[in-house]
Amino acid sequence: MDLRFTDAEIAFRQEVRDFIAKELPAETRERMIAGKSPTKQQVVDWQRKLNARGWAAPEWPKEAGGPGWTLAQRYIFREELQQAPAPSPLGFNINMCGPVIIEFGTEEQKQRFLPRMLNLDDWWCQGFSEPGAGSDLAGLKTRAVREGDHYVVNGQKTWTTLAQHADWIFLLVRTDPAAKKQEGISFLVCDMKTPGITVRPIITIEGGHEVNEVFFDDVKIPAENLIGEENKGWDCAKFLLGNERFGQARVGASRERIRRLKVIAQESMDGGQPLMQDPEFRRKVTEIEVELKALEMTVMRVIATESKRRDKKPDPATSVLKIKGTEIQQMCSELLMKAAGPYAWADGDPDEEGETNDVDVAPDWAFGLAGVYFNWRKQSIYGGSNEIQRNIMAKAFLGL
Amino acid sequence: MDFDLTEEQRLLQDSVARLLGDRYGFEQRKGYMKSADGWSREIWGQFAELGLLGLPFGEDEGGFGGGPVETLLVAEQIGRFITLEPWVSTVVIGGGFLRHGASQELRNELVPQVASGEMLLAFAQVERQSRYDLFDVATTAKRDGDGWVINGRKGYVVHGDSADRLIVTARVAGAQRDLKGIGVFLVDAKDPGVQRRGYRTVDGQRAAEVELSNVRALAVLGNPEDGLPLVDQVVDESIAALAGEAVGAMQAAHDMTIDYMKTRQQFGRPIGSFQALQHRAADMLVALEQARSMSYFAAISSEERNPTERRKSMAAVKVQIGRSARFVGQQSIQLHGGIAMTIEYACGHYFKRLTVNDAMFGDADHYVRYLSDTGGLVAAA
Repeated sequence: MDLRFTDAEIAFRQEVRDFIAKELPAETRERMIAGKSPTKQQVVDWQRKLNARGWAAPEWPKEAGGPGWTLAQRYIFREELQQAPAPSPLGFNINMCGPVIIEFGTEEQKQRFLPRMLNLDDWWCQGFSEPGAGSDLAGLKTRAVREGDHYVVNGQKTWTTLAQHADWIFLLVRTDPAAKKQEGISFLVCDMKTPGITVRPIITIEGGHEVNEVFFDDVKIPAENLIGEENKGWDCAKFLLGNERFGQARVGASRERIRRLKVIAQESMDGGQPLMQDPEFRRKVTEIEVELKALEMTVMRVIATESKRRDKKPDPATSVLKIKGTEIQQMCSELLMKAAGPYAWADGDPDEEGETNDVDVAPDWAFGLAGVYFNWRKQSIYGGSNEIQRNIMAKAFLGL
Repeated sequence: MDFDLTEEQRLLQDSVARLLGDRYGFEQRKGYMKSADGWSREIWGQFAELGLLGLPFGEDEGGFGGGPVETLLVAEQIGRFITLEPWVSTVVIGGGFLRHGASQELRNELVPQVASGEMLLAFAQVERQSRYDLFDVATTAKRDGDGWVINGRKGYVVHGDSADRLIVTARVAGAQRDLKGIGVFLVDAKDPGVQRRGYRTVDGQRAAEVELSNVRALAVLGNPEDGLPLVDQVVDESIAALAGEAVGAMQAAHDMTIDYMKTRQQFGRPIGSFQALQHRAADMLVALEQARSMSYFAAISSEERNPTERRKSMAAVKVQIGRSARFVGQQSIQLHGGIAMTIEYACGHYFKRLTVNDAMFGDADHYVRYLSDTGGLVAAA
């Protein structure tokens, strides 16, 4: 048992850190430190810089255009991006649809889609959830009927993150309504410019526009856009969801938030002294730091065991990652908001009509922190809600 | 980064698990508890044969040559079977003082005796007013010729009633709560000036109240004017062992609970089929795995050379282990229901040991305060 990084891994971390320091635009970084999502253009620019360096898709194998890294390298890379903070490679392209095409796609599909995914020439979005299919995803109803050389798709997707930026969508559709619910599903990809697609924004509680409804009315999708076999789309979906395991811990991101929290708690006054001097507040921060350290070690364990495992079964420790990772991030966002005190309440987000407040009403460090807190409640809901995670644990790991 | 055990480590783990699996059933444990010492001399002999009593000492001095990982592995098994023998007191704590504080001459004398099982050690540190502060020492040591004479009272001396030697913290200079001026002394437990009152603790272990009246120390461990760094180091190593022990006990309590959930029928089906209970069991698993991760961190951190960093890391370990132990312990009782409230059932005994384990050398709350007062783990930026 040796729980340290090797010298080569430590050198790799420095290489990544140097690259970020040199290449990451200050504007992008500052925006992210303030707790805001990077703009579309900032994400695209950064993805292209990573792609030029060969680092656009940390988890992809070399033959697909990835760097061919070990699990430890991937972890280090992502941790450094999160800590900087810098945008992560676009998840829809790199961690969701890309790996599915690599695993299930034809050679032609790989040639057609993967290079454009890496360079973010196409921004992808995910059409999985439906109004009637949330945690029970396999209950989806969007229908695809094969007519000659294409499918005709009718139905509605929801919670489609950043569909307003998207050039392409990957979606689960029902191709055999007579089969058992997991067995009649197919995985299609579709150009967002296809006639019959309507994107309607959903404004979330803080006022931001991240998610959308996507309607399909007689949308014709060429049959060549089927990934894998017809009616075998659930295999693609399971594969895709299984790939999210490491991503949700986001240890580096939480560490960056705690650093930020400590800065803000020095600036914010409480009882005539910096809030950080308040033992009560400090202890709350410490409790999160400890949980985060334990989570970091859990991630290490998962990486170390997964890289040696042949049966591809996940380690029981993986179940911890989503639950603890999101709980810690949510706690960070809550403490950041609280640290800002009354200045947390100036609304940093647009209202329902899109009107925004004057930024100067609150100190820079306080502005928008409440919005992040409200928005981050989503973390324990998406990617398989934390309750679904507990169901999985009870069944898969505890045999209940 | 590699979490795999070496072949030797796996053998060690297996041999301890096999011995305790054969000889430390819950009913057998009750028997040991009722014996004169409150634990088993026979098992102690078996520990010696397996090399567990010489575990942390170098092979050149008759030890096993084990490091933090070996200590962690043995501690986990100790926890799994909630054994009663003075392994942590004698080998981890006592052994730690010998390794880091004893003269070569003293090591030559004592290490073979410890490794063979003839010499039992206990750490006399707690005082009525000290609570969890290692530096709060009212017991005094006064120079007398070329030796030291000790006076004072020590409490909750774990396994102090059966120990052959006591390792005593005593003040040689300064005020009661000064960091400097604390010495660590080796005392003959059978010295006429030593009065011991042994008692049973809630977790089925043994401890003693110790009164020291004009006791001449057998030896000094470390620097008699400035022994606190030595105490901190040994306590930190012990925290790593206690973390492993807690993980073993949590695992056992969790396993027991899951098994029970699969067999206990209510409303015509196993209670494990109910989602409210499944989710609690899942949360227990999260707490257990976080604790396990932290026990590995403890093993790494116990070798950290910077004492400030080491103390902070071990504080974090105590916080996580304590929080997890409380949750897993309490919920293992809750999910069982009434059966786990009975003294005949093993689960409650794990819960009790986990509760005491948390408090040893300071509970989670104590270390949250310590860690938050010393800047936490993440630097501001």
